[in-house]
Formats: sequence, structure tokens, C-alpha cells
Amino acid sequence: MKNRRPRRRSALIRPLAIVLALFVLGLTYAALQPATQSMADGSKDQIAAGKALFTQNCSSCHGLNGEGTSQAPSLIGVGSAAVDFQVGTGRMPMANQGQQAPRKAGTYTSDETAQLAAYVASLGTGTSTPDSGQYNPAGLTDEEIARGGELFRSNCSACHNFEGAGGALPEGVSAPSLQGVEAIHIWEAMRTGPGQMPVFGQNTITDEDARAIIGYLTSVEAEPSGGLSLGGIGPVSEGFWGFIIGIGGLSLFAVWIAAKGARAK
Amino acid sequence: MAKPAATSADAPVLDDLRPPAPSPGRGAAKPLRWLDDRLGLARVGRAGLRKVFPDHWSFLLGEIALYSFIVLLLTGVFLTIWFKPSMAEVEYQGSYQLLRGIPMSEAYMSTLDISFDVRGGLLVRQVHHWAAILFVAAAAVHMLRVFFTGAFRKPREINWLIGIGLFSMATVEGFAGYSLPDDLLSGTGLRFVDGLIRSIPLIGTWAEFFVFGGEFPGTLVIPRLYMVHILLVPGLLLGLIAAHIGLVTYHKHTQYPGPGRTNGNVVGYPLFPVYMAKAGGFFFIVFGVTVLMGATMQINPVWMYGPYNPSQVTAGSQPDWYMGWVEGAIRIIPNWEWHVGGTTWSWQIFLPGVGLMGLLFTGLALYPFVEAWITGDRREHHILDRPRNAPTRTALGVAGITCYGLFWLAGGNDILATHFHLSLNAITVFMRVAVFVGPVLAFLATRRICLSLQRRDAERVLHGAESGVIVRDPQGGYSEAHEPISQEEGFTLTQHDQPLPLEESPATDERGVRRRGAGVTGFRARLSRWFLGTRIPKPTRGEIEAAHEHAGQIEAAHEPDAAASDHRDDAVDARP
Amino acid sequence: MSLDTTRHAPDPAPREVAPIPDPGVEEHLPRYTDTDERAGRRAYRQIVALYGLSPLLAIAAIVVYFAVPTTLSFELGSETIRVHHALFGLLVGLAILCIGVGSVHWAKTVMADTEVVEERHELASSPQDREIVAEQFAAGTEESGIGRRKLLGVSLAGALGTVALPPLVMLADMGPWPIASTRKETIEKTLWAEGVYLVTDVTYRRIRASEVPLNELVNAQPENLQDLHGAEFQQAKAKASIIIVRMDPNRIQVPESRRDWNVGGIQCYSKICTHVGCPVNLFERQTGHLLCPCHQSTFDLGNSGVVIFGPAGRSLPQLPITTDQDGYLVARSDFTVPVGPSYFERDSTGDYEEGDR
Repeated sequence: MKNRRPRRRSALIRPLAIVLALFVLGLTYAALQPATQSMADGSKDQIAAGKALFTQNCSSCHGLNGEGTSQAPSLIGVGSAAVDFQVGTGRMPMANQGQQAPRKAGTYTSDETAQLAAYVASLGTGTSTPDSGQYNPAGLTDEEIARGGELFRSNCSACHNFEGAGGALPEGVSAPSLQGVEAIHIWEAMRTGPGQMPVFGQNTITDEDARAIIGYLTSVEAEPSGGLSLGGIGPVSEGFWGFIIGIGGLSLFAVWIAAKGARAK
Repeated sequence: MAKPAATSADAPVLDDLRPPAPSPGRGAAKPLRWLDDRLGLARVGRAGLRKVFPDHWSFLLGEIALYSFIVLLLTGVFLTIWFKPSMAEVEYQGSYQLLRGIPMSEAYMSTLDISFDVRGGLLVRQVHHWAAILFVAAAAVHMLRVFFTGAFRKPREINWLIGIGLFSMATVEGFAGYSLPDDLLSGTGLRFVDGLIRSIPLIGTWAEFFVFGGEFPGTLVIPRLYMVHILLVPGLLLGLIAAHIGLVTYHKHTQYPGPGRTNGNVVGYPLFPVYMAKAGGFFFIVFGVTVLMGATMQINPVWMYGPYNPSQVTAGSQPDWYMGWVEGAIRIIPNWEWHVGGTTWSWQIFLPGVGLMGLLFTGLALYPFVEAWITGDRREHHILDRPRNAPTRTALGVAGITCYGLFWLAGGNDILATHFHLSLNAITVFMRVAVFVGPVLAFLATRRICLSLQRRDAERVLHGAESGVIVRDPQGGYSEAHEPISQEEGFTLTQHDQPLPLEESPATDERGVRRRGAGVTGFRARLSRWFLGTRIPKPTRGEIEAAHEHAGQIEAAHEPDAAASDHRDDAVDARP
Repeated sequence: MSLDTTRHAPDPAPREVAPIPDPGVEEHLPRYTDTDERAGRRAYRQIVALYGLSPLLAIAAIVVYFAVPTTLSFELGSETIRVHHALFGLLVGLAILCIGVGSVHWAKTVMADTEVVEERHELASSPQDREIVAEQFAAGTEESGIGRRKLLGVSLAGALGTVALPPLVMLADMGPWPIASTRKETIEKTLWAEGVYLVTDVTYRRIRASEVPLNELVNAQPENLQDLHGAEFQQAKAKASIIIVRMDPNRIQVPESRRDWNVGGIQCYSKICTHVGCPVNLFERQTGHLLCPCHQSTFDLGNSGVVIFGPAGRSLPQLPITTDQDGYLVARSDFTVPVGPSYFERDSTGDYEEGDR
């Protein structure tokens, strides 16, 4: 238990802790990749290491030079952000061929991910992995975070649900849950549009807006609730649990009330 | 043999409430007399205080609905202290940071204030919402109990109609409440209702403008729904509930078949003190459980949805459960829309939205009369049917539940798709077929199951209960010994009536004149055969005696168990 | 009494109603609490304990109400729960529950549990009562004179019926009448007009066509929306909301009549579903399909927004757009058809259908 008063401070503690962690993470990234813009170039060594990894693990689907095959799309010009997202969230390499790659524990270390990203970035210009200043929600005011909520509900909640729990799309595809996704990956998904997701470009959702959206998501996850959230998927689960706990539980009481009970003989 | 333990004749009647009453308790006598002088309370008490209620858990389902309604009234009054039913725009500056500075309606802001700034306010909101879910759910389950046991039959048809009225009003009440907070989910629901109203042929646009006071969403709909939610419908509900309970009191409660239970009596416990304690206690249990649910299970976190904004929507936008089936029908219907001349006929919204709900409530309301017409049954029924003994009705009920349930699932097709990794489109296409095929299969299967259960009852009556004891006869064959069942059980299993189908009236009467009206048409006779024709004849007295004699012979061959044969003799002796 | 005109088929093998006679109500068996003094005392103690616990819990709840700060929270697995809310609710709930459980326990263990048989009374009135009422009614009718002076009844019924009309007529002012001219100004009109800039939703930034990347989805509004407030704002937004998508121009089938409605593959559609009006923006970039999250109507944005799945009856209205001299997206006109859900007077012959040119 912890005291959250004053409200303003308390609500910021958790996001701040996360932000701090993200900041450290960002620093690690920054240390690995000196500058985002130049990252497209990457160091010679990095690209070489990335190419080796790529040839070994990715080329069977994406082609020897990332030109794509009938099984997987071309990676020329997708940029390092797409690679960081796909590999960093464990979506790539895919466990098995399917319509949609799920998030899972990553196969590669962050070093290896960066090498792969550098290699793919060298194939053609695309969106680069961001600076922490582009996605890190630290330092946002309450009003900015609230505006992030408005942006989230206008642009994202239709697919990803009001608290980011995810939702259904046609033909077996689904919009994944955003809970517990790292800030950088949310930014990268918006910019690169993985899978069926459309792109949300820098000129319509600026980095300021993206940070606000990420800030909102981080804060809303930390927001205390009025009891168990029952999956956070709205009235369907509420109705379900209402029947199970409410009607079910009260029926058990009713059985007890009407039961004759043990007799002495 | 067993005898009635007590009958109303020797049950104590509280005559002593009448003045001059020396008891109960000196202190109470005086004010009681004062009241009785003015109100004639003793006469009421005499009739009601020792009124008998039968004991069965399923008779308490309706009470859950009643008590949830009381919880709703209590918590609802509490909420009105702070809620502002206004759609005027304000900028939020309250204590929930994640919405600070966002423009919203006063209705939404006051809901946020109740949730964050009124201590215990969120608890009351959640208790209110859970109680609403339970109110409609318990009413529905109670209705199913009444249906499957045939409790709607004469003389209770009017009370069934009142019940249907209550159920439909409860749905309206729930929907109005769902819309009041003016959060994104409420607004999406209202947007849907706007589309639904618009779709009514001929008058749709007029109805829309009248309900919303102009274009959607306008400024009037929430104040109007507030009036509907806290005045109009609760008033109707209260009146209907009073009538519902009044009729239960007048008719006296039905009872399940059993020893000593006849169509002319009611066996159970007196209102005072046993049922006052049980029913009163159950009220506190229902109240306590809803409060515990409100405390531990979050419901409708309006702050998460944000204020209503016509350009926003969330995945998982569903109504509360009781509208879920309509939602499902709306989702799976093919897009039938006519564009004729300068007009648009949106059958794909009107039929599932308005039509299906009308069909459900009309069908439910007419059912007792249709069944009575089909069976030609005009007797009073106070002993309930065991569902297996009315196989066609039971099967119809299960078919109805199946259809409703499939529509209901279709209403959550997106949740099914994500949670079970299915294709949204495949679920929709499947449901389009399933809502027609499923009920038919359910009907056939249920009727067969009912018949099997009837057969098992007959076997149990004839051959007794399986004892689990395997006996080897001198020839080396094995068989399971059966123990005769008690007379109480035997009576319970055989007391029911097996009415015969109606027969078609001859076209002409005995003098060869064509009959007019009033006769049984061929159609009605066929329906009657369909409804009553399938059953397993219950054993006759002769069959039972023959079976017992046979069992006696077998047992005599195997060194009869003394106790068992005593018991059987007992049962035979008891017959007049 | 009603005359039974229905006949049942003759029973081939008449059966008694109850082949096994009614043995009568089961013999009452005493409970442990009736026979065993200690069990009885134990039940008694339990009931009193429950009743005694209730006020303690209620008082604890009051203490919690004032003593626990509302900002405290605790972690339960992955959930963060408000302490004041949960603790206060649990205590109050349990306090109430104790009374209920105690009372039922009392009824079940201490109160006499001999089953009582009560005879039912005749529900219908006695024939004498019916006769008397019929006589009284006849007498009353006679005394009222309505039998002889027929016009009394007719004119009263007419007056009652007519007097109910004014209140009904008053409902005519519940809302404006949606006659053709009103519709033209309300549900058939949006904020869009020639030269209105397309701006991002929430942030109201103009959108330069060259800065919209391929596969981008922009949730947008007309620029003049920000001048509105309150109900006007909501009503305008409920019609004017749009989505802008940029698709590969080679993947879009553009009919002749809509050749100049897009800007290099940037198309603009109404965000309001033609089914019941949910905002529809689940854009699948690979298929070019747009799904409505409410009822799953699916529109093909590569083919002028025609319906390919679900309950929507009409294609999604497309907004004709172009760019100004600086390359910013502007509308060429209002929507050419009314947006949003169908209504009876809507002329839906002008909506785009598969195969239109």
C-alpha cells in the first residue's frame, strides 16, 4: 500500500517510475546507437553483424537481400523502427506461418536487434528507431496527458479498446492488447503500421501527440480501479460475471434457505 | 403412515391481536390497539400473518429481483443527490487527472464527481449498476422458472402478463440508466438507438426528432431519459410489482408435487415468523451480496471511456446483457435495405431491433393463452408441472433459450473472436444459420430427454431404485437388486395428469346441421396432438402391483431381505 | 359457468390420476437443534454472534470512511485497487450480509419448522355474489338513466375522447418537425463546403497532401468545427467526422464520376457508419477494408466504400477533396449524399453502388 496524496503527485509516481526505467532503456539504446538519424547508416560492424544474423535467420522468408519472397514481404525501405518493433516485441521471427504474428518473448538480445535493424536500414531509407525524446512521456502535464487520452480515443480505441485491451478485426485478425507494451514499441507501431495497422504519420500525430498518447496509456494502466477489472472489455464480461457471481451466488443462498437440513432421526 | 402435521384449522390464528389483547407483550398491546381502532389491522393480520409459503429455492428467484429493485431504489436516491442530468458543456477540472481540461457534459462530470470526489460514491454507483444487472437477470430467470413449471396456467395468466410488463419495463429502465452518465459507451448506445428509431418505416425521422428534440444528440435526451429513469418507469415498475405480489398473495403460491400437496392446499411455512425471517434475511443477503460485488468487481468505469464524442468509439461497445441479444441480431442480419423512389426502408435495423423485441414480448405474453387453446385445458393449476412431464412446453422453452442464447453470443462476436481466436466473419455467418437450426435441434433433443426422464420415472415406480447390490442367482446369472421406492416418492412420480389431445369436432352436429364456430378445427386438433401426443404413459396401479409381485417372487428366490420386503408390504397396504 | 365445447379424444385405456395414493404430508422429523440441547445452544450463539458482528462491521466501515484517505491504493496481482472504496464496501457488505445470514439461520434452526397445510380458497366469487353484483349493476344503470337516454353515454364518451386530444397535441412540440426544408438544414447537411480545410481531429492541424505517407489513416474534422461549442459542436461532429486514408493509387478503383475526388490516392470518407452511425475507422491497410467496431459492417475503401460484409445497407459517403495552392487538403463540396444512418425520407438512389460509373 502506498499513499497517493496529494493526488497530483501520487498519480505521477508510477508513470515516473516507468518513465525512469524507459529513460534508462532509452539511454542504453542511445549508447548502442549514437544517433537516430545516423543509425540508418549504423556502424560498419553493426551492419555486418546484422547481415550475418539476417542471412542465418531471416533470409529464408524475406530473401537473401531482404527483397521478399512469396512467404514474406520485402524489407527494403521499411526502416529500422519496423525491425525494432517486430523483433523487439518478439513478433519476428514468427513461430509458425500465420496471418498475424503474436507478441512473445524476444529471441534476440537488444544488441542483436539493433544489428538487424541497422542492416535492414542499410537496404533503403525508412522510419528510424526514435530518440527517447520522441516517445518518452516524462514531463508531460496532466492536461497534456488528458489530451493524449482524447487522441487515443479518437484514433486508437476503436481497434485497441478504451483501455488498450485489444479488439477484433475481420477474418481472424485482431488488434493486440497495448497493456505492458514498451513506449518505444507503441511509437514504432504508430509510425510503421505493422500488419493490418495503418500508419499514423509524424505530421498528423506529431511526436508531442505520440508522447501524450503513450503517457495516457501508461497512466491509465496505473490508475487504481474500483475492484477487479474483469478483463476490461466492457459490458459482455460484466453481464457474464453478473450471472455467475450474482445469480449463481444468490441461487446457492436460495438453495441453503430452502433446504430442509439434517434431521435428528 | 404419515399424516399432515398440522392444518390451518389447528394452526394458531392470532386472534389475540384483537382488543382487548393481554398478549403478546404488554408494551405492544396499546399502540397495536390504537392502530387497529383506526385501520382494522387485526383483520389483515388474521388473513396474512400465518399465510403459508412453500419452501423451494426456485421460488426465491423472483425475490432476488424484488430485492434488487429495492436496492436500486435506495442506491438510486443516493445517486440523484449528486447527479446532474444536463448536457451543457463544461470543462473538467476535478480530481481525476486523466480527463483534466477536457470538455464534457455536466452529466458526465457529475458522474465523475460521484466516482472520485464523493466518498463511497463509486461504491454506490457500482452497487446500483450490479443491482440493475441482477434485477433484470433475476426477473428473466424467475420467468423461466414460471414457464418451465407451468405456473402461468389458470388462474395466473394475468400475473404472467404483469410479469412480462415488468420484464419489458425493466429493460427500458436499464437502458435509460445506461445512457445517463453520457460517457462514450452511453453515447454509442444512444447513437444506436437513434439509428434504430430512424429506421422505423414512415415515422422514423419524426420519432427521432421528437425523442431527441431535434438532431442527435442535442441537449434534451439526457434530461428526458432522466425523467424516464427516475420517475416514469420506476413508478410503473412499483405499481406493477405491487400488483404482481398482490396477485401472488391472493392466488397463494404454487407448489411442487409431493406427498400431501394437492391442488386445493398449500404446504409450507407460515409467513410469521418463518418466512418473515427467511425472506427478510434473503433481502439482506441480496443487499449484502450486491454491495460486496460493488466493492470488489468494477463495473462501467466511465472515466476510462471518456466523455461522449461522436467521432470516438471503442472496441467492445456493447449494451448491458439484456439488450445483448438484440445487438446480436443487428450484427448478424444481412444488409436488407430497400431504396424505393425517394425513400429508404432499413429492414436490417427495424426487423431485429424493433421487430424481434416486439416478437419476444408478444410471444411471451400470448403463450399461456395459446397453450390453453391448444390443450383445451380450463382447470385451475396450483401444483406445478415437473418440466419432463410437459415435454413439448419444456422443449419449446429450451428452443427459445437456445435461440436467445445464440443471438446473445452473436452480440459478443468480437469478444468471442478475440478470446477464442476465431474469425469474426466466420462467427457471423455461422450464427446466421445457427439461430434457425439451433432451436430446432434443441427442441428435438429436449423432447427426447424429457421422454427418457419420464421413462426412467416409470421404471423407478415399477421396479424400484437401483440398490447397487449385484446378486448372483443359482444359474450363475447376475442382476442388480432393486429397492422399492417410498410411497412418498412413488406418489410424487405418478401424481401428474396426462391430458389427452383434443379431437377434431365433426363438421356437422348430430342432426346433420353444419356447426358454426366453437368446435375444434382440424388444425387445432393437429396442434393438440403435437403438443400432448408425445409422452410415456405413466404406470397404472395394475402394472405397479404386477411389477411388485414379480419383484417379490425374484426376491423370494434370493432369500428376501426382510427390511426391503417389509417396506414394500407397507406400500401395498397403504392403498385403500 | 362456461360451457365446455372442446372434446378430448377418448382415452383408450383410462388411467387413474394417481395410481399410487397420496400418503399425506411427510411426518415431521425433529432437527438436531430440537433434540440436542447443545446443538440448540450452539445455533443460538451463532445467530447472536452474527447479529453482534454486524454492528461491529458497520462501525468499522464508518471509521474507514473517515480515516482512510481516498487516494490510497493497493496492488492485487496485476490490478491496482482503491483502498477506501474496497474496504468500506467490504465492511458494509459484510455487515448487511451478517443480518441476512443470521436471520435465515434463526429461521432454519430455532424457529419451529413444522410444515403447515393451508387450504386454498375459491378464487372466483360465489354465484350469489355474481348475481347480486349483476343486479346491483342493472339497478345502477337503470337509476342513472343511461339506459333510456342513449345520448348521455355517447356524448360523454365523445367528450372524454376529445378532451384527451389537447394533451396529445401538445407533444407535437417535443422536437422540430423534420419536414423537407428542416431536413435539408439538419440531417442532410454537414459543415463541409467548398474550400473547408481538412484538419486532424482533436489537434485541428491542416494536412498537407505531400506529408501523408502511404497507408496512413487520419481521423479528421472540418476546420470550422472548432468554432462550435456544446450541442452544436456535438451535432456537427456527429455528421462531419471523416477519415482520410492514403492507398496505393494503383489499388483503388476510381469510377469516372469520382476521378477528381481523391488526391494521389488520398481519399476521404465519412466516419459515420451508414448502418446506425457508429464512428467507423478500423482501417486495414493491407486489404483496404474499413470495419465498424459496433456491428462489423465492412466497407471497401479501394472501391468507393461499398459494403462487403455486415448489416450496413449503403456504401460509405465519400467526400470530394482537392488541395489548395500550398498543398493542404480542402473539401471540394459538402458530401453529395446525407451521411449517417438511414431514415425513411432519405433518397438513397444517389448513393454509390458497385458498378456505378
